Amino acid sequence: MSATPAVIAASPASPAAKSGGTWGHIRYVLSENPVTLFAAALFAAFVLLALFGPYIVPYDPMASNTPEALKPPSWGHWFGTDSLGRDILSRVVVAARLDFGIAVSAVMLSFIIGTALGLAAGFFGGWWDRIINRLADTIMAFPLFVLAMGIVAALGNTVANIVYATAIINLPFYIRMARAEANVRRGAGFVEAARLTGNRDWRILAMHIFPNILPPAMVQVSLNMGWAILNAAGLSFIGLGVRPPTPEWGIMVADGATYIVSGEWWVALFPGLVLMLAVFCFNLLGDGLRDIIDPRRRT
Amino acid sequence: MGLWRVILLRLVGAIPNLIGVVVVTFLLTRALPGDPAAYFAGQAATPEAVQQIRVKLGLDKPMPEQFGLYVRDLAKGDFGQSLSTGQPVLTELRQRLPASLELTFCGLLFAVIVALPLGVLAATRPGSWIDHLCRVVTTAGVSLPTFFTGLLLAYVFYFLLGIAPSPLGRLDPVFSPPPNITGMYLIDALVAGEGGLFWASFKQIILPAVTMGLFVLAPLARMTRASMLGILSSDFIRTARASGLSGSTILYTYAFRNAMLPVVTTLGMVFSFLLGSNVLVEKVFAWPGIGSYAIESLTASDYAPIQGFVLTMGVLYVLLNLVIDLLYGMIDPRVGIEA
Repeated sequence: MSATPAVIAASPASPAAKSGGTWGHIRYVLSENPVTLFAAALFAAFVLLALFGPYIVPYDPMASNTPEALKPPSWGHWFGTDSLGRDILSRVVVAARLDFGIAVSAVMLSFIIGTALGLAAGFFGGWWDRIINRLADTIMAFPLFVLAMGIVAALGNTVANIVYATAIINLPFYIRMARAEANVRRGAGFVEAARLTGNRDWRILAMHIFPNILPPAMVQVSLNMGWAILNAAGLSFIGLGVRPPTPEWGIMVADGATYIVSGEWWVALFPGLVLMLAVFCFNLLGDGLRDIIDPRRRT
Repeated sequence: MGLWRVILLRLVGAIPNLIGVVVVTFLLTRALPGDPAAYFAGQAATPEAVQQIRVKLGLDKPMPEQFGLYVRDLAKGDFGQSLSTGQPVLTELRQRLPASLELTFCGLLFAVIVALPLGVLAATRPGSWIDHLCRVVTTAGVSLPTFFTGLLLAYVFYFLLGIAPSPLGRLDPVFSPPPNITGMYLIDALVAGEGGLFWASFKQIILPAVTMGLFVLAPLARMTRASMLGILSSDFIRTARASGLSGSTILYTYAFRNAMLPVVTTLGMVFSFLLGSNVLVEKVFAWPGIGSYAIESLTASDYAPIQGFVLTMGVLYVLLNLVIDLLYGMIDPRVGIEA
């Protein structure tokens, strides 16, 4: 998306990055930019929470305890309790799995389908290109969150449909990226060589062109993950997808919205903060990955 | 002459997208699993009522014919009826659209007013505190869940500090809305010459507009900074400096105008964000726009308004992109020659 200013293109390429190969460059970027290291650590922490969260939480995230309802943060309940007396910390931790699950499956779906479509469009050109491009343009003709709303509302109010909707609205980014990369390379020497040695089109696409688009695709995946989490949380905030007793960050914020104007800030604050942190982590990671993969686009 | 041709070409170029929007909203209701007639009839409907709606919507006809009927209805301005309010969807959308537009434009205005100077300052003083601030804002800004920022702002400025009015709706109930001209309270109050009313609706719109603005600030500031940096290091700026032009002439007349081109292009993406987050912000601040209309209908499983809402947003977005394209052509006359 961002234009490449010539001046920054020239400056950061240091001798270390040139001589040390990929690992040298990664080390260089990480030492230059401790923020990326921090983001990677944060990401690891989130993954651990998503995997083991349900086993380490102090309370049952679903168990209500009315006498303890709407208590501010304390030693017993670090994040306080909600209107039914459920422990917010436990709910926030347990929700990580669902939120990450939705985002990961959605991004994987759009990565696989979008890349395949984009590769076909860029490589074969002609009608493939026209039809697939039109598809991407049509999706992009909507404000994406609104389209996701429409899709979930039409398909039905389930978690699976949130995944599909999020995957669909992310498709164009992968289609365009893969298309551009395949288009540049379809006449390249190594593609010609592969064809001359008797490879079929699909094999050239899969074995020779696809690996080349992986680096930019990974950056896209990382940036997309944050967006997918935001999107899923936004949908459940307005009552689509995940149903209320299930712990999920968007729903918990929606739950807390009622209480924030009367001063019970903790009900919405903690799930909101964690959600923000997760998205922030993916964005930082995406930027860091981009620095490693494409030093010219550093900003 | 050239300009009109460009405008015409852009108009024609927007048509496929408009067709796409109509096709998608049609497909969303007809081609997907489940019985659309049951959706439109509502949960409490009898089988006879469902059948009646099926015939009325033409769901017993083949798909292409259904599409024809759908387009014909749209052309007549028939977006269907809302079950929960019993009103035609078009009427309600039309009543509520100005509220959403007012909010969206105020949010955009706030974002532009903050983002452009921030980006320019960051680019002209690389490495300074304002550059670092810009970097933090651009990374943190895109990570903010709008609904959460809105709640935080409401908590801080309404509950804690008490300087913002209660975050409910467009106007304090003690005021009555200004005479309806555009439907946007700020403009209508000004036209009617009612300063107090303008101030009241201004206070009401600040928090939701800032919430939306904060979300889209990031891409704008980021793009302004990057493009300004690129321009400032280009040859023609060096020549201008060497020729002894003053710093401000170089910055504003030469660099800024050129640096704005990619920023205008990002506006397309920014509008996508704005219109999407509009729905969430409207819910948080009980803003009576088309977003909260859609959410109310979602809760009531009332599908016609949602379809109308998605269609309206899609068409609105295509039109906004058209305006951005035209704007681009005006800022950069070279585009006109190419086209």
